[in-house]
Amino acid sequence: MAESIRELHPKPWKQWIKRISDANWISTVLVVLLAFLVGGLLILAIGGDPLRAYLVLIKGSFGNRNGFAETIVKTCPMLLAGLSVAIALRTEFWNVGAEGQIYAGAVLTGLASIYIQGISAVIHLPLALLAGALGGGLWAFIPAILKARLKVNEVITTLMMNYIMTFIFSFLVDGPMRDWVSGLNISPQIEKTTWLPILLAKTRLHSGILIAILAAVVLAVILRKTVLGYQIRAVGGNTRAARFAGIAVENTMVKAVIISGMLAGLAGAIEITGVQHRLIAGFSPGYGFLGLAVALLASLNPIGVIFSALLFAALLNGADAMQRWASVPIAMVAVIQGLVIIFSAIRFFFNRSTLKRKAGS
Amino acid sequence: MIDHHIPVVRLVNITKSFGDVIADDGVNFELLPGEIHGLLGENGAGKTTLMNILYGLHQPDAGEILIRGEVHQVSSPHKAIELGIGMVHQHFMQVATMSVIDNIILGLKVGSDFKLGRDAARKRLLELCKLYGLNVDPDAFIWQLSIGDRQRVEILKALYRDVNILILDEPTSVLTPQETTELFYTIRKLVDAGLSVIFITHKLEEATSITNRVTVMRDGKVVATKETKKTSKPELAYLMVGREVLFRTKVETREKNSHRDVLRVSNLKVKGDRGNIAVQGVSFTVQSGEIVGIAGVDGNGQSELTQALTGLREVLSGNFWVDDVELTNASPYKVIQHGVGHIPEDLADGIVSDLTLVENLMLNRHYKPPYSKNGWMNERIMESEARELIHQHDIRTSGALAKAGTLSGGNKQKLIVAREISRNPILLIAVHPTRGVDIGAEEYIRNLLVQMRNRRGAVLLVSTKLDEIMDLSDRILVMEKGRIMGEMMREEANIEKIGLLMAGAEG
Amino acid sequence: MITQVLTAAFLTAFLAAGIRVAVPILIAALGEMVTQRSGIINLGIEGIFIIGSFTGFTVAYFTKSLFLGFLLGGIAGGLFGLLMGIVSVRFLANQIVTGLGFWIMCGGLAKLLVRTILGIDKYSASSDFNIPRLESLSISYLSKIPVLGEVLFNQNIVVYLTLLSIPLFVYFFKYTRMGLNIDATGENPRAADAAGINVGQVRMLSVTFGGILAGLAGAYLPLALYGVYTDDMAVGLGWMAIVVVPFGKWRPWGILAGSMIFGAANALQFRLQNMNFPLPYQFLLMFPYFVTLIMVILFSRGRSSPSALTKPYFRSEH
Repeated sequence: MAESIRELHPKPWKQWIKRISDANWISTVLVVLLAFLVGGLLILAIGGDPLRAYLVLIKGSFGNRNGFAETIVKTCPMLLAGLSVAIALRTEFWNVGAEGQIYAGAVLTGLASIYIQGISAVIHLPLALLAGALGGGLWAFIPAILKARLKVNEVITTLMMNYIMTFIFSFLVDGPMRDWVSGLNISPQIEKTTWLPILLAKTRLHSGILIAILAAVVLAVILRKTVLGYQIRAVGGNTRAARFAGIAVENTMVKAVIISGMLAGLAGAIEITGVQHRLIAGFSPGYGFLGLAVALLASLNPIGVIFSALLFAALLNGADAMQRWASVPIAMVAVIQGLVIIFSAIRFFFNRSTLKRKAGS
Repeated sequence: MIDHHIPVVRLVNITKSFGDVIADDGVNFELLPGEIHGLLGENGAGKTTLMNILYGLHQPDAGEILIRGEVHQVSSPHKAIELGIGMVHQHFMQVATMSVIDNIILGLKVGSDFKLGRDAARKRLLELCKLYGLNVDPDAFIWQLSIGDRQRVEILKALYRDVNILILDEPTSVLTPQETTELFYTIRKLVDAGLSVIFITHKLEEATSITNRVTVMRDGKVVATKETKKTSKPELAYLMVGREVLFRTKVETREKNSHRDVLRVSNLKVKGDRGNIAVQGVSFTVQSGEIVGIAGVDGNGQSELTQALTGLREVLSGNFWVDDVELTNASPYKVIQHGVGHIPEDLADGIVSDLTLVENLMLNRHYKPPYSKNGWMNERIMESEARELIHQHDIRTSGALAKAGTLSGGNKQKLIVAREISRNPILLIAVHPTRGVDIGAEEYIRNLLVQMRNRRGAVLLVSTKLDEIMDLSDRILVMEKGRIMGEMMREEANIEKIGLLMAGAEG
Repeated sequence: MITQVLTAAFLTAFLAAGIRVAVPILIAALGEMVTQRSGIINLGIEGIFIIGSFTGFTVAYFTKSLFLGFLLGGIAGGLFGLLMGIVSVRFLANQIVTGLGFWIMCGGLAKLLVRTILGIDKYSASSDFNIPRLESLSISYLSKIPVLGEVLFNQNIVVYLTLLSIPLFVYFFKYTRMGLNIDATGENPRAADAAGINVGQVRMLSVTFGGILAGLAGAYLPLALYGVYTDDMAVGLGWMAIVVVPFGKWRPWGILAGSMIFGAANALQFRLQNMNFPLPYQFLLMFPYFVTLIMVILFSRGRSSPSALTKPYFRSEH
C-alpha cells in the first residue's frame, strides 16, 4: 500500500511546478523572467550584449527624474488599455480593438477641446475627458452588439475597426480638423482649459496617472461589490450556468464591453489632454495592443494591471535608451510583449484544475 | 482450440490517479477465453478508467497488463487493437460528419498513401454485417443514424479490426429495453464466434442475466469476483455499495382534492440543434402537489422540451402557461421570476466553479432585495443565508467562501437543488437530478423532490432511470422522437409497458 | 469619371491585379483551412506572414535568387507554425491568446531583424534595397484572348501553381488517409484518438503546414508584387485570410471565391487611387478592411466550424 502511494507521486519536480504555478504571483514573475530570458538570447543572437541592454533599459526608465516621469506618463494609457482589455475579457470578449477605441476617444476629446471655447477649466477638462470615454464606448459598442445579436466574431471586427479608425483619424487631421498654419498633418492645439495639470515640474508627468489608478480601484470595486460585477464574473466563469440562472448574458457582455471601450477612450483622451495637446496621427505606439499583454500578465485582475502596466511602460520607455546606447532596435519591445502573452498562455498548463475548467466550459 | 485456463487478459495491481483522485487502486482482474465477464460498480467506482487503461487510452501509474499470458505495454489504442482488443465506449467514438464506412476505416491503413481503399473496405464491411446479422448502410452519415445503429457501427468497427477481446462500456444506457434484447443476442453470437467480452454496467439486472462471471468494484478497488450462477442480485448489490440498498423514498398516493394546473403545455414545437424539429407538438399539464415523470431514452426531445420551458430555447409554435401566465419564449429571467426552478440536465450548467459557494447559492436571487440594493450586493445577508443552506442540506465543503469547483459531484448537485428549492418555486423542472451522484446524495435529492410535492408544489421530473420515474412520479409520460407516446398513472405503470412506449409503439 | 472606370483596359488591369493580390490571401487561407480542420485556430497568421515577407526579401536580396527567397520564407513560416503547434498542442495553451502573442511577437521580430541585418540607418532609405520581381509567364496562345487572356494567362508561376493546387486540396481531403485523419481530429479528437490516430501529431503537422503556406504567402509580397520590403507590408492580409476560411465554409473552392473578393477590393482601391478618384485617399485605403468587416458580419454566422476548433485535447480526463 505504502508502495503504491509512492508510485502515485513519482515525480516530485512536477508537484513543485504545480505548487509554484498555483501561487499566482510567482508564475507571473516567472512569465516575465522567461520572456526577458528569451529576449536576452535574441539580443545575443543579433550581436548585442543583453546584460548591458537591460541595464541601459532600466536606467533609461527609472534612472533619473525625467526618465521616471516619462515611465509614469506611459504607464497611464497602458494601465487604462490593460483595464479595458481585462474587463471585456472577463466576459470572454476579446477586445483587440482598444487601439481603435483610443483613437476614437481622442477624436471626440479633440472636438470637445478645440471647438468648445471660453468655458472654465473645471467644466471643460471633465467634459473633454468624458467626450473621450464616450467616443471609445461608442466605437466598442458596435462590435459588442454585433457579437451579442448576430454572434459575429469580435476578434476580427475589433481588429478591422482599428484599421478603419486609423484611416478616419488620418483623414480628420489631414482635412477637416487640420491646422493649416503649421503645414503638417496635425490639428490645432487644444484649449488650455483642457490641459491636465502637471504633477512634477519640468517634466511631462501629468495628473492622468491618478485618474488611471482611480479607474483601476473603481473597477476592482465594481467587480467585487456590485450586481453588475457579480454578473460579469458569473458570465466569465460559466456562461451557460449564468444564463440558466436567469442572468442576461448578452446584456452583461455588452455592458462590460462598453466599459471597456470607455476606458480605452479615456486613455486616448488623457494622451491628448495630458501629453500631445493636439491630435496627431500615430500618437499611440500601440497602447491598445500592449493592453492585451498587460491584462493577460495580470490575470485580468484590475489591481494587478497597475503593476503590469508599470512594467510595460518601463520597457517601452527604456527601449529608446536601449536603441541609442545598446543598439537594440525598439522593436524588441514588441518581441518581449509577444513572448509575455505566449508564456501567459502556457502557464495554465501546469495548473490542471484551471485547465479542466477552461476546457469544460 | 481455446485453452480455458489461460486468461486472455490479466490485470495485475493496476493503480491510476488523476490529480488527487485515485480512480483505481491496486486492481486485479482476469478475463477467461470465451466468457462474458461483467464489470459491476457504481458511477465513479473506477470501471471505465480500468478499461481505458486496458485499451491504452490511459497509462497506469503502477501495475502490469498481461495479454494471453504475456506482459504488454498498451501505450495507445492503436497498440490495443494490434493486441486484438476492441472497445465500445459509452460515448461513441465516432465522427458525426463522416459516413459509416469512413468511420470504420478511420485510423487503418486501407489502400495506398495517395488513395483510400473505400471500395474494398465497403465489401468487407458488408460481409461482416451478413456474418453477424448486423444491419447498417455503409454510406449513411453517422448523424443520420439512430442510437442503436450507431452502437452497431461501433461493434462493427471493432470486428473489422479482427479483435477477439471486446469491451462494452455501459452499452445499454442509451437503448430501449427492446434494443437491449437485440444487443444481448448479438453479444451471444460474438461469443459463439470465439470472442471474449467484458461488459461494464451498474445495473444488477444485466449483470446477472448475460454474464458468466461478475467482478464487482467499489471506490477504485475490486471487492469480489463471482460466478454469476453462484451469486444473487442482493449479494451483488451489497458488494457494490457496501450496504443494503433500497431506496425508501417513494411517493404515496395523494389525496384527490382540488389541485390546480400549475404548468399547462399546449401543442409545443421546439427546434433541435441540427435544424430538426426536436419536440413535435406536445401537450400536457403538471398539477400542484404532483410529480410528473417523463421517461424515455436520452435524446428524444426531453432536453429541448425542458430548455424551451425554462426560456433557454426558442419555441417554434404552441404555448405554455405557468399559473395561467403565458411564458412562451419568455427570457430565463422572466421564467424564474414567475416561480419556476430548474435543475439543469448537466451538472456543469448549474455551477460557476470560479465563484464561491455563497455566490453560487445566490445566483438565482442576487439581483433583488435584500440580497442587493441599487446595484450593490449585500454580502452579509447573502453569506448568512448561504451558510444556513449549506448547513441545512449538509453540503460538504471546506468553507462557505471556498470555490464551488472544489466540491465533489454529489455536493455540487446538492448545492444546485438547495438553491432551486429554497426559493420555494411553484414549479420545479428537474432534469436527471440524480445523474452521476453518489447513493447518499441520490436518496437525499429524491427526498427533497417528494417533500416539495407534499408541500403542494409541482414537479416535472425528466429521467432515464426507469426505477426513479416509477418510484417518484404520480403520473408518467413517455417521450419518443419528440412526441409523447403515452401517459399513465403510477398504479398502472410497469417496465414492459413503458419500454414498449419508449421503443415507439403507440400507447 | 464612370466611363473612365468602365473601359476594357481598366477592367483588364483591375482583374489581373485582383488575382495577383488575391493569391497571397488564398495561399495563407488554404494553409489556415488545413490548420482549422485539424481543430486549431492560428490567429498568428498575420505575424507569420510578416516573417515570410522579411525572410523572403532578405534571402533574395543577398543570394539574388527568388527561388531561395520563397524556399526560406516557407521554411521560416513553418518554423513559427511548429512553435505555435508546440504551444497549443503540447502545452494546451489557449489558442486565441497564443495566436495574438505570435502575431505581435513575429511583427516585432521582423522589424528587429530587418534593422539589424540591413542596418538601421541604411534601412531608413529603403529605396536602396531593391530586388527584381518575379516575372510574368504568359501562356503563348491563351494569353492573347482579350481580357481573359491577360487576366488568367499572363501571370507569374506562383499564381498558376496556387490555382492548380485547389483541386489537389479537394482530392486530399476526400480521398486520402491523411485528409480523413485531419478532419476526424478536428471534428472529434477523442474518436480519432480511440481509432489510433496520433491527434497531437496530426495537429502539429497541420499547424506547421499552415505556417509554411503563410510564410510563402508573405514571401510573395516582396518577391512577386513589390520588389521592396516595408514594415507594414502585410497590411492585414493575414487577417483577411482568417476571415476567408469560414466564408469559404472550410472548403477550397469557397476559399478561392472569398480570396478573389478581397483581392478585388484591394486592387480596386489601388486602381482608383492611381486615377485620382475624387474621394480622400484614406477612404480608399479603408475599403478592403471595410469589406472584411462586412464579410465577417454577413458570412461568419451559421457556419458549422470543425466541432473541436480551439479546444485543446488531452486524454487524462475521466
